[in-house]
Amino acid sequence: MSSNFLRRVDLIFDKDCDFKQVLQSAYKRNNDEIINELLESGLKGRGGAGFPTALKWKFTSEQPESEKYVVCNADEGEPGTFKDREILFQVPLKVFGGMAICAKVIGAKEGFLYLRGEYRFLLNELQRQLDIFHAILDDLKIAFRVKVVMGSGAYICGEESALFESMEGDRGEPRNKPPYPTVSGFRKKPTVINNVETLVYAFMIFRYGAHKFKELGTADSRGSKVFSISGDTPKPGIYELELGMTVDQFVQEFGDGDTKAVQVGGASGFCVPRKKFKDTIIGFEGVPTGGSMMLFNSSRSMYNVLHNYLEFFEEESCGQCTPCRVGCQQLKLGIEAVKRGDKHANYLDQLQKLAQTMKITAKCGLGQSVANSFFSIVENFKEEMIY
Amino acid sequence: MAKQINLIIDGMPVTVDEGTTILQAAKKLNIHIPTLCYHDDLCVAGNCRVCVVEMKGSRTLPASCATPVAEGMEIYTNTIKVRTARKHIIDLLLSEHNARCTTCYKNGNCELQDLASEYKISEPMFIDLVPYKNYQVDAFSPSIIKDDSKCIRCQRCVRTCEELQHVSALGVAYKGDKMKISTFFENPMFEVVCTNCGQCVNRCPTGALIERNYVDEVWQAIFDPEKHVVVQTAPAVRVALGEDLGLQPGEIVTGKMVTVLKRLGFDSVLDTDFAADLTIMEEGFELLGRLKKALVDNDPNVKLPIATSCSPAWIKFIEHTYPEYLDNLSTCKSPQQMFGALAKTYYAQKRKLDPAKIVSVSIMPCTAKKFEADRPEMRSSGFKDVDYVLTTRELAVMIKQAGIDFGSLPESHYDSIMGVSSGAGVIFGATGGVMEAALRTAYEVVTGREVPFNGLNITPVRGMEGVREAAIKIEGTKPEWSFLEGVELKTVVAHGLTNAKKVMDAVRDGKGKWHFIEIMACPGGCIGGGGQPIPTNEEIRRKRAEAIYREDAGMPIRKSHENPEIIAVYKEFLHEPNSHKSHELLHTHYKARQRY
Repeated sequence: MSSNFLRRVDLIFDKDCDFKQVLQSAYKRNNDEIINELLESGLKGRGGAGFPTALKWKFTSEQPESEKYVVCNADEGEPGTFKDREILFQVPLKVFGGMAICAKVIGAKEGFLYLRGEYRFLLNELQRQLDIFHAILDDLKIAFRVKVVMGSGAYICGEESALFESMEGDRGEPRNKPPYPTVSGFRKKPTVINNVETLVYAFMIFRYGAHKFKELGTADSRGSKVFSISGDTPKPGIYELELGMTVDQFVQEFGDGDTKAVQVGGASGFCVPRKKFKDTIIGFEGVPTGGSMMLFNSSRSMYNVLHNYLEFFEEESCGQCTPCRVGCQQLKLGIEAVKRGDKHANYLDQLQKLAQTMKITAKCGLGQSVANSFFSIVENFKEEMIY
Repeated sequence: MAKQINLIIDGMPVTVDEGTTILQAAKKLNIHIPTLCYHDDLCVAGNCRVCVVEMKGSRTLPASCATPVAEGMEIYTNTIKVRTARKHIIDLLLSEHNARCTTCYKNGNCELQDLASEYKISEPMFIDLVPYKNYQVDAFSPSIIKDDSKCIRCQRCVRTCEELQHVSALGVAYKGDKMKISTFFENPMFEVVCTNCGQCVNRCPTGALIERNYVDEVWQAIFDPEKHVVVQTAPAVRVALGEDLGLQPGEIVTGKMVTVLKRLGFDSVLDTDFAADLTIMEEGFELLGRLKKALVDNDPNVKLPIATSCSPAWIKFIEHTYPEYLDNLSTCKSPQQMFGALAKTYYAQKRKLDPAKIVSVSIMPCTAKKFEADRPEMRSSGFKDVDYVLTTRELAVMIKQAGIDFGSLPESHYDSIMGVSSGAGVIFGATGGVMEAALRTAYEVVTGREVPFNGLNITPVRGMEGVREAAIKIEGTKPEWSFLEGVELKTVVAHGLTNAKKVMDAVRDGKGKWHFIEIMACPGGCIGGGGQPIPTNEEIRRKRAEAIYREDAGMPIRKSHENPEIIAVYKEFLHEPNSHKSHELLHTHYKARQRY
């Protein structure tokens, strides 16, 4: 990579890794040591919400039940995100390895990988890799098994509790929280559910040690992250980059010279306009992302971008709770009406208030995060919404 | 004792058991938080979000119905943030809802309407979504009409159908803006496993699920001078009708109800309880007959246990779910249909009326009775035995339409014939009542003595437990029943179809060794029927049941076989229980149906 600003790191795609040895040495350590190492690393969930991974494992390990599960969330559905697919394609063993270490810590005998319906083409190879993984476990006398469960193409099933419902054979609808998965997850048992990338990083932390991970990134956003870069860029693709860069640095590297906005974190993320590139850090202290980075140049209508996201949410809401089900429809029809001139421009203010209500009253992260793109696009590109 | 949790709601400290929700804790402080998807009888869904509250330290507004209390929690139920959010949510629901309230059957009894009024929703805040939807009305069922344009997707009906009834005729289909409550393959309710029990109707907060009403048809018949309109009233109606007319749950309004029916213009006001007594005679002797076949004749084909057949939703449930057990059902028609068959035969003869000119109306706590009356088997008089079935709610509508002040009415007695009943007939309205009534008669027939329970009250079969077992040892039999000497008659009572399933699974698995099974499809029995006043909850149902047992205790005759009109109908018309004529008019058969 040519940039002076961005450090491309190759922690996780590195194939030169003695998988069996990493697993074996992790299994020799006691659980407290493992949790402390993970805590020390500062690893936060890579799905987007950023919950400290060590705490998730710790809380689950403290539950008294004997039946517990570890689930890998591979329902990568966020628009503009395609990095989990690549991870599962390139280094599936590391994902399983992360699950196995987690299983040791929490005391799980079974793990599941919930695979996005559209990724069925990965299934055969994943099964083959699982056979290899299980053979290694047998060799190490580790009693743990992973099964792949197929999703059916619903975005909402990436929401952890909807994912459990789906795995249990029910309609993928989010549950009320609390209880959280660490207490009541799959089959109502304590469950750790981690994103694909989180599990790989956990595994790599036990290979390299927490310090190597911690050296990278910033205080709030440790380590590196895999980004899915798309849109108006001369080099779309998957890049593992150190966290803590500004959007400006990112655009200098990946932009086409005419970038007017970057959508960070997909449809449920935030739109950063050109004037805020320099002040916005990509990470938990700025704009968090599950990996999706979409660049838009001046040929793009931000109205169309927002309309597209709202169409997506309108369809992908599970339909269960009022703010999300009806709110998404109202936001979409509302911006259409303003654009057509059927509603006055100040109707956008009303819609912003509605988006705010959705953000604080929707049952799950889907409905709550619609406001992110809505606010950031409407506020920054108001004239494109009206004219 | 559960762990105690201290929290503060609107500045007031409160201590509650661990596991209590914020909603329940607020109720303890007499703070009303609005709800829509919440229902006392159902599991918590937390999907309408109307009950959101502000919680100190929380970014979001949690749903109070779904959030358990925690130590030190600080809750605010009435802040500008909460009010704005609730108003938005109500507005959103209204934008998706066909809000032509003036022409809605539920106008005046709609929880969404109440909320819109409470929050003074004036101009619609958002775009009307109804024109964008292809809303359909399913009006094919004789019992229940489903209008998706009124649905607010609270899923109370779905939970009712699944949790209380184990039927799951209603489920959630599609997602996002297309999400709707639907049936298997979106077939009409009439063609799926729906039992017509109407429990969903009782719990629908809006007009999305209502009974098919026959009020206008009945008015037409009443004002047709050619027609003689007879009306029968089911046991459970008299302890619930008052609720729709301004009285409290549990008030017995039998006498007022008879007066009002006469005032409305019915030509003869008669009692389903009479037919309930008749059912006891027929079903009691059917039970004894089957016991004799099993114990004396060692007939391998005799079907035991015998199950009651009074509840038409239970009948449809077993037809769909356990068709292999149809022969275990009593062949007795329900009291409504026995009454109907006699109204156009025995009654017509005695009153010298042309049965073709008799219109037979029944007032039922039930929506499934509408379906039952439409069954092709129910024409043994040569006509449709029961022409129109009205729910308790529809009767209340007629009373209001007629401008009658129900509360101030005097009491009067049922007409004759087929208007006299016993306490045993009355208790048909509560779960366990048929069992108790049958035991009162059967025991006495066999032993010549009254059942060995204080005041004839067979308390082990009473109550609100979902499944209740009771055994009664038969001793000192009359000579002709000596084969029953020493036999312990084992019975089980279940109400709500989820409990019916438990009983039937036990029968199927050989775990339930019973002789006699009573099943009522609705929670609490008919007093909790799908045609009863809305709202319903366990407390209301308990009050209605208590009223039923009070009514029984106050009756001069407590046993079906002592009802003089029952003695007369056998003497003059039917000859004896399970006679050829009885079988022609009072017994029926069932039909296996598909599981989907």
